[in-house]
Amino acid sequence: MTTGPHLAVALDGAGWHPAAWRAADARPGELLTAGYWVDLVRAAEAARLDFVTIEDTLGPRTDAFNPGGDGTDRVVGHLDAVLVAARVAPLTSGIGIVPTAVVTHTEPFHLSKAIATLDYVSSGRAGVRVRVAWTEEENRLFGRREIGAVDLDDAHDGDLVSPVSELFDETADYVEVLRRLWDSWEDDAEIRDAATGRFVDRDKLHYIDFEGKWFSVKGPSITPRPPQGQPVVTSLAHAVIPYRLAARSADVVYITPNDRAEAAETLAVVRQEQANAGRESETLHVFGDLVVFLGETAAAAREHKARLDDLAGAEYASDTRIFVGTPAELADDLLDQHAAGLSGFRLRPAALPHDLTAITGGLVPELRSRGAFRSEYEAKTLRGLLGLGRPANRYAAV
Amino acid sequence: MSKPVKQIHLAAHFPGVNNTTVWSDPEAGSHIEFESFVRLAQTAERAKFDFFFLAEGLRLREQGGEIYDLDVVGRPDTFTVLAALAAVTERLGLAGTINSTFNEPYEVARQFASLDHLSAGRAAWNVVTSWDAFTGENFRRGGFLPQDERYTRAQTFLDTALELFDSWRGDEIAADAATGVYLRDAAAGSFQHKDDHFDISGRFSVPRSPQGRPVVLQAGDSDGGREFAAASADAIFSRHGTLEAGQAFYADVKGRLAKYGRRHDQLVVLPAATFVLGDTDADAQERAVVVRRQQVSGQTAIKLLEQLWNADLSGYDPDGPLPDFDPVVGENTIAKGRASVRMHRDPVATAREYRALAEAKNLSIRDVIIQVGGRQTFIGSAATIAARINELVQADASDGFILVPHVTPGGLDEFADTVVPLLQEWGVFREEYTGTTLREHLGLDPL
Repeated sequence: MTTGPHLAVALDGAGWHPAAWRAADARPGELLTAGYWVDLVRAAEAARLDFVTIEDTLGPRTDAFNPGGDGTDRVVGHLDAVLVAARVAPLTSGIGIVPTAVVTHTEPFHLSKAIATLDYVSSGRAGVRVRVAWTEEENRLFGRREIGAVDLDDAHDGDLVSPVSELFDETADYVEVLRRLWDSWEDDAEIRDAATGRFVDRDKLHYIDFEGKWFSVKGPSITPRPPQGQPVVTSLAHAVIPYRLAARSADVVYITPNDRAEAAETLAVVRQEQANAGRESETLHVFGDLVVFLGETAAAAREHKARLDDLAGAEYASDTRIFVGTPAELADDLLDQHAAGLSGFRLRPAALPHDLTAITGGLVPELRSRGAFRSEYEAKTLRGLLGLGRPANRYAAV
Repeated sequence: MSKPVKQIHLAAHFPGVNNTTVWSDPEAGSHIEFESFVRLAQTAERAKFDFFFLAEGLRLREQGGEIYDLDVVGRPDTFTVLAALAAVTERLGLAGTINSTFNEPYEVARQFASLDHLSAGRAAWNVVTSWDAFTGENFRRGGFLPQDERYTRAQTFLDTALELFDSWRGDEIAADAATGVYLRDAAAGSFQHKDDHFDISGRFSVPRSPQGRPVVLQAGDSDGGREFAAASADAIFSRHGTLEAGQAFYADVKGRLAKYGRRHDQLVVLPAATFVLGDTDADAQERAVVVRRQQVSGQTAIKLLEQLWNADLSGYDPDGPLPDFDPVVGENTIAKGRASVRMHRDPVATAREYRALAEAKNLSIRDVIIQVGGRQTFIGSAATIAARINELVQADASDGFILVPHVTPGGLDEFADTVVPLLQEWGVFREEYTGTTLREHLGLDPL
C-alpha cells in the first residue's frame, strides 16, 4: 500500500482543448466508436489509475471558457456516458468507471438502476458523477420545466436561497433517492427457497417512500443491490453551494483550486460543510482537478499547448488550473498539493491520447519511483481502491 | 414457378419475471449477474439469431398488497446491460423494451442512438405504452396518463424520437484536421418539435448512427397497436403462434401496410414462442408435462386464479375445486404491475369456462390453471420442432419467432445445438451472418 495520491483521468471527446481533435495522434473520426473509448480506458487501466470519468451533457457540449469559432471547427456530437461506460466495462477488469449523468431533468429511478447495472457489468467498479443542468438550452431539450434565470454567482453565497441553491438541493434529494434505491434490496433478499416456493424474502425488499419538494419515489428498485452496495458518487464543485452538495451526498468531490493555498482554503470549507451535514466520520475524498499539457521537456509541453492554441486561434482557458510541464514537474506539484490535504487528482488531458500517454507513461512511473503510486490494483472494486468499505445497508435490521 | 423459400428470423428472449421461467430448476442460474446475459446472448449469436431481447418492468409486481415472491424478481437496466453485451457479441441485434410513458423522447433517442453507435448498428427499440399509476409512483412525473391516450402518446413519442434521429443526415462530420473543419454543417442536429404531448427544440447531441435509427419493434395486439405497428414499426410481436391464428394476424397486419405506402416485407411478424425439446416426440411430451407442473405450482395456481377472480383466494386448496362464486368485476385491485390481467376481458365468462372444464374432466384448481395456461408452443424432437417452425413460416403464419426459454441462462443451448442446424441444412436459416447490422439481418431496406 502506497501513501500517494489517488489518480483519475477525465475523458472528454478528443481531449479538453477545443483543437485537440487536430493533434497529430488524435482519432477525430472515431470519437463515436466503441473502440476509441475502449483503447483509452484500457490505457488508463494498464497504468493502474483509480478511475476514469466520462464527460456528458444532454445537448451538444459547449465550452463557455473557450468560445469562438464558427460552429464548424469544434467537435460536436457525443454519446451517452453511461452507455459508453457499460460498453467499456466488460473489456476492462480493474479500473473504476465513472460516467457523468445529468440529474436535473432525468428520473432518479432510471439512473439508480443504470448505475447499479453498471456495477454488475463491471463487477463492482461503477461510480457516477452527478451534474446539474441549468441552461435554457437544456430545459428546451426536455420541454418539461422552466428553471428560470440562473445566476451562477449565487452559488458563492451559502446563505442565499436562489434558483442555484434550489437546483443543488434538488440534486441532494436525487442522490438520496439513488442511494436509498441501491439499498432497497438487502444483499440476501434473493433466497430461491424451493421448499416454500419463494424466490425472494419480501421482508428484505424495502419501499424507500421518498417524498421531497421536487419528486416522490416509492421503490423498491427493480435491480437488486449492486456488488459495491453503494456505487461511488462524485461531483464537481467550484463554490460553497456545490461544496455543500458534495459534503451531504458524495464520496469524491473534484475541486478547482489555482494553488496550494486555495486548495487548503477550499478544503476547510468542504470539511466544515461535511461536519454541518453530520458526516465527519465518513470518507469524502477531495480531488484537485487540473487540465494537463504535458511534454518530455518543459519546452515541449509549452510547444504542445502553443500549437493547439494556435489551431484554436485563442489561448486556452478553463474553470480550473492549467498545468503545462513535464511529468516529473507534475509529480512534484501533485505531491505538494497532496501534502496539503488533497487526497487525489482528476487530470483532464488537453489532448487524447497525447496527454493520457504522458500520464500513463511519464507521470505514473515517476510517482512510482517515489513510492507514491500503486503498481498493481490492491482491490477489486472502486470503493476498495478508494479505501471505502462496503457499506452496511440502511434498511437491514442489525 | 414455385414460391421462393422464406428465410426464418429468430430472436432470443431473456427469460422474464413470470411463471414461464422455472427458477427452481437445478440448472437455473442468476437473473442479474452479467454472466447469465453473456451466456444467453453468446448462445444466440453462435446460433446466428437475429437478435437478443429484453422486456421491461419498472415496478416490482404486487399481489394482495405484497410484493409477489413466487416468480423471479429483479432485473437490470435495459440500456446498460445491452451496451455491455455489445462488448461481448459482434453481430447479434440488441433489442430493449422502453416505454413511452415514464421517459422523454430526447433522452430515449440519445440512449438508442448511442447504443446503435456502440454496437455498430445492432440496436432495436421495442416501444411499449404504460399508464398505470402504480408504476408511476416510482417516477417524478407520476402515472398521469389516461388509458385512452396511451397510443397517441406512444405514436407522438416515437415520431418525435424519429425526428431527432433524422436531425443528422449522416454526412456532416468531416473531421478534417488539415483544414480544421470538423463539422460541415454548423447547424447539424437542430430540431424543433411541437405537438400535444411534446414541445421541444435545440440540437440533438448524437450524430446519425450506423442504422440511421434503431430497428423499431412493437408488441401491441389491439387494433390500435396493430395500426401503430403498420404505420411505424419494423417488426411486430404477437401471441399468435398457431397456424390459423398466426395466419389471421399475419394477414391483418400485413394488410394494413399499403395505406402507409409500405411493402409486405417491411414489417417482420415474430410471435413469441416457448418450446420443450426431447430426444423423441414422446420424450418431449413427457418433459413438457413436467415443465408445466414446475411452472404452475399449487401456490402459483392460486395466485393466477386470484388475478382472474380479482379476489383473495388464499384460503383455497389448489388441489381442490374452483371457487363457487363469480369473479369480482371492475378494476383489478388484486394484482398490480402485471399487464396480463388486462387480458381477462370478461372474467365471469372465463370463470364459467373454467368451471365447465373442471366439471367435465374432474380437475382441481391447479389442473385447470395448467390446462388453460396452454401448452408450450413447440414440443417435440429437434426434427419435429424445426419442421413445425418452418411450416408456420412458409405458410405465412409468421416470419419467425421470438423464443422464450424457461431456464436461465442455458435454456437456449439445446435449441441452438439441435434445431438450428436442421433449419440451416434445409436452407431456411442463415449459416453465417451476411450483414453487420440488425436491419440487414431482418432483411429491411437501409434508411
